[in-house]
Formats: sequence, C-alpha cells, structure tokens
Amino acid sequence: MTATSPPAVLRVTAAALVDATRRRGFWTRTVAAVLIVATVVAYLIFRTDGAADSDDAAAFRFFDSVRDWVDANRDTSPFFLYGVNYVRLGVRLLVDAVQAVLLGLGFAGLVAAVSAIGLVFAGWRTGLLAFGGFLAFGVLGLWEQSVDTLVLTVSAVLLSVLIGVPLGVLAARVRWVGATLRPVLDVMQIMPTFAYLAPMTLLFLIGEPAAVIATMIYAVPATIRITALGISEVPPTAVEAATALGSTRWQLLSKVRLPMARTTIVLAVNQTIMLALSMVVITALIDAPGLGQNIVNALQRVNVGAAFDAGVAIVILAVVLDRITTNAARRTRVHQNRRRRAIVAGGAIVAVIAAALITINPDRLPGYTFAEPVNDLVGWIELHWYDVTEGLKNGISAGILDPLETVLVTTPWWLFVLVVAAFGTLVSGWRAAGLAALAAAGIAGLGLWQHSMQTLATVLVAIALTMVIGVATGAFCARHDRLATAIRPVLDAAQTMPSFVYLLPAVALFGASRFTAIVAAVIFAVPPVVRLVERGLRDVPATVVEAATSAGSTPRQLLWKVQLPMARGGLLLAANQGIVMVLAMVVVGGLVGAGALGYDVVAGFSQRELFGEGLAAGLAIVLLGILLDRLTQGFHDSKGPRR
Amino acid sequence: MAPMIAVTDLWKVFGPRAGRIVGTPLADLPRAELRARTGCLAAVRDVSFDVEPGEVFVVMGLSGSGKSTLVRCLTRLIEPTSGEISIGGEPVRAMGPKRLRDLRRRQVAMVFQHFGLLPHRQVLDNVAYGLEIQGVPRAERHRKAGEVLALVGLDGHEHQYPDQLSGGMQQRVGLARALAADPEVLLFDEPFSALDPLIRRDMQAEVRRLHAEVGKTLVFITHDLAEALTLGDRIAVLRDGELVQVGTPEDLVGAPADSYVADFVRDVPRSDVLTLRWIMRDPGPDELCEDEPLSHRTVIRDAVHRVMRAERPIPVVDGDRRLGVIDADRMLAALVSHHRQVPA
Repeated sequence: MTATSPPAVLRVTAAALVDATRRRGFWTRTVAAVLIVATVVAYLIFRTDGAADSDDAAAFRFFDSVRDWVDANRDTSPFFLYGVNYVRLGVRLLVDAVQAVLLGLGFAGLVAAVSAIGLVFAGWRTGLLAFGGFLAFGVLGLWEQSVDTLVLTVSAVLLSVLIGVPLGVLAARVRWVGATLRPVLDVMQIMPTFAYLAPMTLLFLIGEPAAVIATMIYAVPATIRITALGISEVPPTAVEAATALGSTRWQLLSKVRLPMARTTIVLAVNQTIMLALSMVVITALIDAPGLGQNIVNALQRVNVGAAFDAGVAIVILAVVLDRITTNAARRTRVHQNRRRRAIVAGGAIVAVIAAALITINPDRLPGYTFAEPVNDLVGWIELHWYDVTEGLKNGISAGILDPLETVLVTTPWWLFVLVVAAFGTLVSGWRAAGLAALAAAGIAGLGLWQHSMQTLATVLVAIALTMVIGVATGAFCARHDRLATAIRPVLDAAQTMPSFVYLLPAVALFGASRFTAIVAAVIFAVPPVVRLVERGLRDVPATVVEAATSAGSTPRQLLWKVQLPMARGGLLLAANQGIVMVLAMVVVGGLVGAGALGYDVVAGFSQRELFGEGLAAGLAIVLLGILLDRLTQGFHDSKGPRR
Repeated sequence: MAPMIAVTDLWKVFGPRAGRIVGTPLADLPRAELRARTGCLAAVRDVSFDVEPGEVFVVMGLSGSGKSTLVRCLTRLIEPTSGEISIGGEPVRAMGPKRLRDLRRRQVAMVFQHFGLLPHRQVLDNVAYGLEIQGVPRAERHRKAGEVLALVGLDGHEHQYPDQLSGGMQQRVGLARALAADPEVLLFDEPFSALDPLIRRDMQAEVRRLHAEVGKTLVFITHDLAEALTLGDRIAVLRDGELVQVGTPEDLVGAPADSYVADFVRDVPRSDVLTLRWIMRDPGPDELCEDEPLSHRTVIRDAVHRVMRAERPIPVVDGDRRLGVIDADRMLAALVSHHRQVPA
C-alpha cells in the first residue's frame, strides 16, 4: 500500500486541491442562495404595477424620425443614390432574370427541368420525386405561387453562393478574415428571422428585393461557415504534393482545394437552400409573393384548411430541393462513368427543351385541395377534443405562463439587469454576463418592457417544455436503437421544413392564442434537441457505462448518475440551440395571437404610424436573443467538457 | 563534376523569432534546452552535404530527427532559416516565386509518404497534373502520362480513381506523377513507410530498376536502415537535426562515426555489406598465395566459397596493385565476429 501511494508532498497538494474545489462549490452554492433570497426580497420591495408600454417611447420616435429621413432622402442622398438603390436595382434585375427563365420554361418545361436536374445530379429516384412534387403544385392549384417562391429562393441562393463561397474560402485561408467573420456570423445566426425584416424594408422598400436580401442575410452565414469548413478540411498532404509540383496559389485553389471540398460545398448549398426557403416564406410579411402569402392570409383568418395546401406545397418544395442537393453531395463522392453521364445529361437537355415547347395550362390539371378535409378534421378536433385542448391550454396559461409573466413584467428593469448580471456571472462568467446585462439594459431602453417580458415568459415556458420533451425523447432514443431508427427520418424531415409550416398544426389544435405559439415553438425546436441529446448520451464512453453497470447500477441510476451528467455538454448545447429556435418561433407566433414583440413587428410592417415601434420590437427581439444565447452559450463554454 | 545538389550550413528553426537563433551562442544549445529557453525547435542544424548527379543519396534518421524537414527545405516547401542550397549550380534561396515554381515543375519532383494524390482525378489526370499546370496541351500530357504509367507498371489503370487502388499501386501513381515532367532530381520522403513489408520490397526493387533505367539523381528519406543500405550509394545519418555521418553503406557499417551510428548498424550482418578491404591482412614475408586474386570491392559473403576452399591465402587487389591477402582464418573471424572491424 505504502509503495504505491504518492509522495507526501503530492498527497498534501492533492488534498488541498480537492479541498479548494469543494470549498469553491460550497461558495458558489452559498452565493447563489444569498442572491436568490436577495432577488426575492428586492422584487417584493420594488415591484412595479407593470404598466403597459407607452405608444410614444423615445426609441419609437427616434426610429420614426430615421424612417422619415430615409423617406425624404431616398432620391437625393448619395448613400441611396449610389449605394442602396443600385443594390436594389441589381437584385431586382436578378430576380427578374430568374423569373424570366423559370416562367419561360412554362409548366411542362419547368417540371421537366427540375426532374432532369434531379435525374442527372442525384439519380433517377430523386428525378421521379422531383417530377411528382412539381406536378403536385399544379394539382394543388398553387403553381404560380410555388414558382414565385422558387424564384425568390433561387435568387437568394444564387446571391448567397456568390457572396458566401468566396468569403468562406477567404475565411479558411486568411486568418484575419476568419477571425473577423466569426463573431459577425455568430450574431447573424442568433438573429430571429423577424428582426431584420423591418430594416430591410426601410432600406429597400417592401417587395422582392428586400425579401431576397433579407433571405440572403439569413442564409449566407451557413454558406460561409460550411464552405470554410470544407476548405480547411482539405488534407494538407494533397496540397503539399501539388505545391511540390509547382502549382500557383490560384491553381492550388481551383484544381486542389475547391474540387476536394466540393462535397462539403454542395452540402453548404443544401443548407443555404433550406434556410432560404424557410425565410422566403416569412418574407410574405413584407409583401413578397409566393406560398407564404397564402399561409399568412389564412393564418390571420385562422383558417387552417386554406393554409394547409400552401403548407403542403412548401414541404414538397423543401423535400425536393433537399433530396436533390443531399443526393448530389453524396454522388460527388462516387466516381461515375463520364460518358454515360454526358449522354444522360444530353438527353435530359433535349427532353427539357422539348417539354418547354409544350404549353400545358396547370389550371387545367385535375385539381385537389386539402382545405375541406382539413377543416373538417379541425372542426372534429374542436368538437371532440375541446375539453382536452382547452384544459391543456388554460392549465399551462393560468398555472405557469401567467404567474411567470406577471413576475417578469412587474420586475423593475434595473433589478432585472442586476439579476442577469449576478446570476450570469455565477453560471457563465463575467464576460458573457456583462454582454447579457447590456442586452437587458438595451431592452429597457427601447420602451417595450412589458412586451419584451411577455415574450420572454412565453419563450421560457416553451423552452422548458422543449427541454423536458426533448431530453426524455432523446434519452429514450439513446437506449432503444429501434425507436431511434424509426424516429430518425421524422427528425430529418422535421429539420428540412420551413418554420412557418409548424404554425399550422398548432393553430389547428389550439386556435389563436399565446399557447399556440408555445406549441409551435416546441414542435419546431424539439427535433434538434432530441438529436443533440441522443448524440450526447451515445457519446458517453461505453467503458464508463460498462463499469457503472458492473457496479450494479439500475438503468435509472445509470441514466441519472452517469449518462446525463456526462452528457452535460450535449445537453447544454441542446438548450442553447433550443432557445434560439424557440425565440424565433415565439416571435412568429405573434401572427397567431401570441401578441407581444412579434405582433409589434408585424404591425410595424403594415401600419405606417407603428413603424418605429415595430423596428424597436425587432431590436428588442435581437437583444433578447443575445441575452439568452450568451447566458446559455457562456454556461456551455464555462461548464461544458473541455475539448 | 559539379554536384547536382549542394547544401551548405543549412538551418531550419521553428518557433517565435526563429531568425535570431542562428549564429548566436543559442545555436549551440542542445535541442531540449533551446526549446525550454526560447520556445524554438531547431529541426535542421548546420547541415552540409553534396549529392552527385546520378547518385542515390539516402538521408536516414529516427522520427523527429528532422529528415522530412530537411528534404522539404531543398525546394523550399519549408523555408530554411539560414544556409545555402544550390540545385544544378543555381542557388535555390535566391530564386523568386516564379523561378522556384519552375524548379518544382521541371527540375525537382517529390514522392510523399502519404501519396498526396488528388481523389477527384483519375489516375491518368493525377499523373498529368504537373504537366497540366505547366500548360501542356491535353493530348500531349495524356500521352506522356500514359508512358510513365507503363514505366511504373500501371498500364490499364489509367481511368481508375486513387481510392480504387491498393496502397502500393497508389504510391506507383505518386512515383509516375513525379516522373511525368522528366525532372533531374527526385525527392522521396519516406515513400514506402505506409506500405506493408512485401510491397515495400517490391517498391524498393522498382526504385532500383527505375534508377538504372532513367538515371536520375535521387534523394531518399527513410527511417529504415535496411532500405537505406539496399538503395543508397551514400547514406547521411541525421540525429536531432544534425548530420552525424555521411558515407557509403560500407563506411557506416565498417566505421560508424559514433556510438549512435554504431547502435544503428549493430544488427546488420557485416558480411553482407562489408568488402574484403575491411578484413584483409598484410601478406607475410615470402607467403605463397593463390594465383587468381579477388577485387577489394568484393562483398565478403560473395567470397566465402573461394576463400574457404583455397589452400593458400588469396591476394586482394585494386586493379594491378596488391592491397593485401585474405585467408580462411580472417574469413571465419569476419563471419562469426560481432566485434567492430577496423579498416586495414
């Protein structure tokens, strides 16, 4: 025994270390307890009556004056004359060109073209899927809207690729570009989609150009990130060999790095398309044409059936575009017979040209609409499940949401900022806490305290539900392989669907209310949470699990004492992801009765006198996003596993 | 004849402000101490050697001895810290980017341990890559690539992709790619370390055959002594970035410069490497010898039969000049002894 024990000095140091750690844990707990008590006391003493927000806050007036200035100077200021207006014109030309091509092909031509692209780049199955999918747009009577959505998506993706791929290459190759872009992309990715629609309309007016640019801003971070990843993953041995043969920098890029990264770049395009489609649908709010219009109109009338067809069309479009690009990416890894491929491509081009010459009026196709059966179903649910849905809605609203909202709204803003700073420092470190507290103070300064706290309450309830459902399902999937296999395609499908679509089932079940937004947010955010939780749990080393099992742990003990604690990194990441998604969706829920910030933003688009308030609400959403993201991300960084 | 490659006082130091080390007392510190004091790693220290045209020059050392860095310094894939390199009489460190590219394209080609093939190109286009970036027209570069593929025994595989080939075949592609531009010098960076032993032996034979056929100057990096002895006309032993000894395989085995080299070559069967020169003795006065002499370049093993059967000692000659004699006693001692032989 003595032979194996470490030297005395070491033992003492180790003991001191353990002691220090224990003491630090004790301190943290004491400080946390004191803080909680102090917070409660401070709240009880200083709580306000939670006055409604003024319609005339300084921030609103400021934004209104900005708007007025822009309106007055749109045709005179050099910033607009030589900058913004040209961008708008350029994007307009791009959209027109894409539209001319797609419409020029005609119904038969476009169906043939998409099928041919699927066939040549992704195999005959995908080609068939594309054929059926695009035919369905005609059958649903949504051909024009679908083409409009496609036009905007394609334009935005073209722009994103044009800007994103070179930037991604630069970010991977030039250190300072990468270092500069990283924080910018971080912020861009946590910005809820709603937030930057208003600034876009301010600069580019409502309509297609603003929609395409907003979509591009939403989608381009993924293009840049994934491209940079692909370029930096190119094996250095190949680059070195090509250098040793005397390649120039340009030859290295064009003949080695880009071709070797092409699988990843195609995946970047896939992600860009999915994000773009999701955003294009939302830009219906700033008057962009397409399927989104149908959904927005129907949702505002709470007519699920009317929205359902458009929802189906969006899902079909998403699935077709996703399948084509993922299978194309998979195919880049497989070597193919060049001649055969050339023959197929040639044949496909001929077929597309031939099809383009045929004129088929899609309106004359046999039509089908889901409106009636869906509305019947919704009616049936309302009739038979009324007690259940109503009970759930009222139970959660009255039991959790309302009290939480009341507490948050009646908290004086300075106390909220202090609490964020104090607890933030405790769990995430002072840097993250400082940023989060600044964001909280910013929200107070915008004059939308009540609405922001209402939105925050909704987000908190939704994220709690999301985490409970997500962790439970994830843990279940991690233990039952068969269940995991069965659920995976559902999760895959869920992640390709644009966020708007998730509102439909929520509205069908719960009508228009705050709770509807919560349900939509939960449906929207649960799939990635399940995925991250499952991966985190499965990543727990098998040896540790084996050791715990052989020590006699029950499955429950194994989960609670070994797997969940060890998967903490994955869980925190899941929480972070979940929060960002939930916030985005809760805001969209403003369309279906969730009110608060989301509603302010939408109202800002439609009513001129509410513009300033809308813009302020958008900014408040961004600040909320930063606050929540910093707190959880910082928590993840400081407490997560070291990698 | 002027050397093909001449390296003089070459240094490569990695780390912060590496340039300040060379030429100061810091440079004399042992590696570990230098690292502790400055955070810099001297990968190549004050190395000088010449490689003659048509020679196979092997650089041998354990991993971390700086041999891969050394070979990369020759064409400035890694920029040397100080020293001179000349290839074909031209100073490499003075070359501008364009001239350097030209050197890499036409004069010096390299074969890598992990092949460095381009997975998205067929074998033919991998081999033609060097010609392609020089702007050689397609038909011409494909013809040339086909020729070198035949030379390395890969005809028929032109239209396959690298991942469809075995490791040995992939390295043949790497070899063909290096040969395609008909360079004067070939650099091999542990080309066969990633291959299994049988294939490695094949590839070594292949290199010997190619060297005999095309007569290039070869610089060959390896950590495998057997490989060094079979391939090398001369071998340079590198330790911690410093040259310990440069010499023929015989020199290394017969007269290791220090205990490090001696350790390295300890298990090499001497009779396979050393020549009679190392074990002959002076003839006694009036000693009677066999009539037919042996050349002093004969490897011991090849002389065993004659010497053991001869009744009298056999003279060892260099042309017409008699250097000494060899008899059965000396031969037996050489065959059984593991002691170090002292040159006569």
